[in-house]
Amino acid sequence: MSDQTGYNFAYLDEQTKRMIRRAILKAVAIPGYQVPFAGREMPLPYGWGTGGIQVTAAVIGPADVLKVIDQGADDTTNAVSIRRFFARTTGVATTTKTTEATLIQTRHRIPEHPLSEGQIIIYQVPIPEPLRRMEARDSETRKMHALQEYGVMHVKLYEDIVRFGRIATSYDYPVRVNGRYIMAPSPIPKFDNPKMDRMPALQLFGAGREKRIYAVPPYTRVESLDFEDHPFEVQRWEQACALCGAADSYLDEVVVDDQGGRMFVCSDTDHCAGRRQGADGTLQLLLPKDAAQ
Amino acid sequence: MYVAVKGGEQAIDAAHRLLADARRGDRTVPELGIAQIAQQLALAVDRVMTEGSLYDRDLAALAIKQARGDLIEAVFLLRAYRTTLPRLAVSLPIDTAAMAVERRISATFKDLPGGQVLGPTFDYTHRLLDFALAAEEGATEPAPPAAEADLQPMPRVTDILAKEGLIAGEPADDDGPVGDITREPLVFPADHDLRLQSLARGDEGFLLGLGYSTQRGYGRTHPFAGEIRLGSVVVELVPEELGFPIDIGEVVVTECQMVNQFRGSKQQPPQFTRGYGLTFGHCERKAMAMALVDRALKTRDLGGEVTAPAEDDEFVLSHCDAVAASGFVEHLKLPHYVDFQGELAMVRTLRQAGENGDTDGERQ
Repeated sequence: MSDQTGYNFAYLDEQTKRMIRRAILKAVAIPGYQVPFAGREMPLPYGWGTGGIQVTAAVIGPADVLKVIDQGADDTTNAVSIRRFFARTTGVATTTKTTEATLIQTRHRIPEHPLSEGQIIIYQVPIPEPLRRMEARDSETRKMHALQEYGVMHVKLYEDIVRFGRIATSYDYPVRVNGRYIMAPSPIPKFDNPKMDRMPALQLFGAGREKRIYAVPPYTRVESLDFEDHPFEVQRWEQACALCGAADSYLDEVVVDDQGGRMFVCSDTDHCAGRRQGADGTLQLLLPKDAAQ
Repeated sequence: MYVAVKGGEQAIDAAHRLLADARRGDRTVPELGIAQIAQQLALAVDRVMTEGSLYDRDLAALAIKQARGDLIEAVFLLRAYRTTLPRLAVSLPIDTAAMAVERRISATFKDLPGGQVLGPTFDYTHRLLDFALAAEEGATEPAPPAAEADLQPMPRVTDILAKEGLIAGEPADDDGPVGDITREPLVFPADHDLRLQSLARGDEGFLLGLGYSTQRGYGRTHPFAGEIRLGSVVVELVPEELGFPIDIGEVVVTECQMVNQFRGSKQQPPQFTRGYGLTFGHCERKAMAMALVDRALKTRDLGGEVTAPAEDDEFVLSHCDAVAASGFVEHLKLPHYVDFQGELAMVRTLRQAGENGDTDGERQ
């Protein structure tokens, strides 16, 4: 109990947590299947992570160590706000270090450092339905999932190839889970999709406004949809991170002047800081040359 | 030189202090009291209670004060409070026929038992700014005494029609246990009880526009305002240990029953159909709009073809909630650097491919 706030541990009442845990269990049992749940109204706005927050609130315990990231960063305002929400309502330890966290709530990224067994990553999901772009009606898409009627998705990807010569989806790139359900990985860049495949950590997805929970159990097959002659590929940059020199991480583009100057830095702030950590604990700049060119 | 931005926490704290300061405004102007809002901005309070689905004037007034008069924000505050409350019991259906009526009008009968009672209404006021109100000190005349008619029983117009079998009854399953959209996920097609709950919590502006669209031909329902009534009703529940109903209080509600033409179908003779609207407090415009949309949403049940937006339950119910809608629309303020970077890289690749002429197919 968190007496200071007058609310139950992790804000939600125990009955609600139990209801959410049941939905999570069902979701884990049917990987990639969207389980409707009675999402509650949270004190943060819909669309700002209420699904992820409810899932986190349902699984968090006093011994957990929580990390919250938005766009890969621990210090973006909404990540700060959500981390504070749990610090206030649970008193659990929080961290920015991927390796120290037992629970990681995320919006739009998977950390660069591989996750391990025993960790849980909780994705905030705006639109849980991967078929929504092709079919607006939930009553229809539920049937399509039930019948594995996924032709429209392949047609959409094929049309991209015909028009653009490649699949032109760069984030929220659809995946097939355990060879059965097509699933929206949430708006992570497709760069992160391969990390989902056979991940040792449990992956939970919460969509608060749409009231859906889904899951990928540890070591489950997650394939990004593609064609034999147009295999799935991820984003690459010609530059390395201007701060830590990482050549294999997802980069954010930062506009540094009004002359077209750009620099590229790791979107995962913990990954970047970890690489730059000197023996004395201070952050080093590994590439001192001006990378803004 | 770029430095990774830290300091989100300080920025948030500072923003909250600025907000508190802006909310209070000029300190030489007296601060608004909750009682003043509850009394003098009563219709704002009614709207916030209705869409917040919590009947508590003081909390709604507090929410309005805290939200600086932003009613959707106030609804959100009240909802976030409501969601933490236990659901102790389900009341018996309120009996609006036994309402202590403040206002009751019918557009379908010139006179009827109980009569027409105008009550406190903007109708027939001339919308001229009353500069005397700006003086603040002006004494307002006391209310006129209640007329005799107010004290007579006032049967509902739809009950009068129902006696002759002229208006369609509600399906029998409407007498079963009611669903609760705050405790169970809404799935489509949605039953009538869940539709009404969603509409009752729905945004007044959205429902007003949809109701209006049915009048302009997008799902015509030929409505008449059978009756609009405003007043207080008793709330009763049956405690398990007692086994008989007890009064637990009164709530003021506005009820609108639209009477709509219906030519009949193979199963049903020609008769009128009903569109139903109910709100907490005095939210007449909302109640009327809700009744129009409720009737439009019955199209499928009545064997009609769903063609207009207002007739489509999935469209209407998925989008009528102001808290959900404002949350998702406003989430676009959150950072999307990562996705945008993906799109930037994609657009650059596509442009480069186009310049090199190496696309397999036609270029956009």
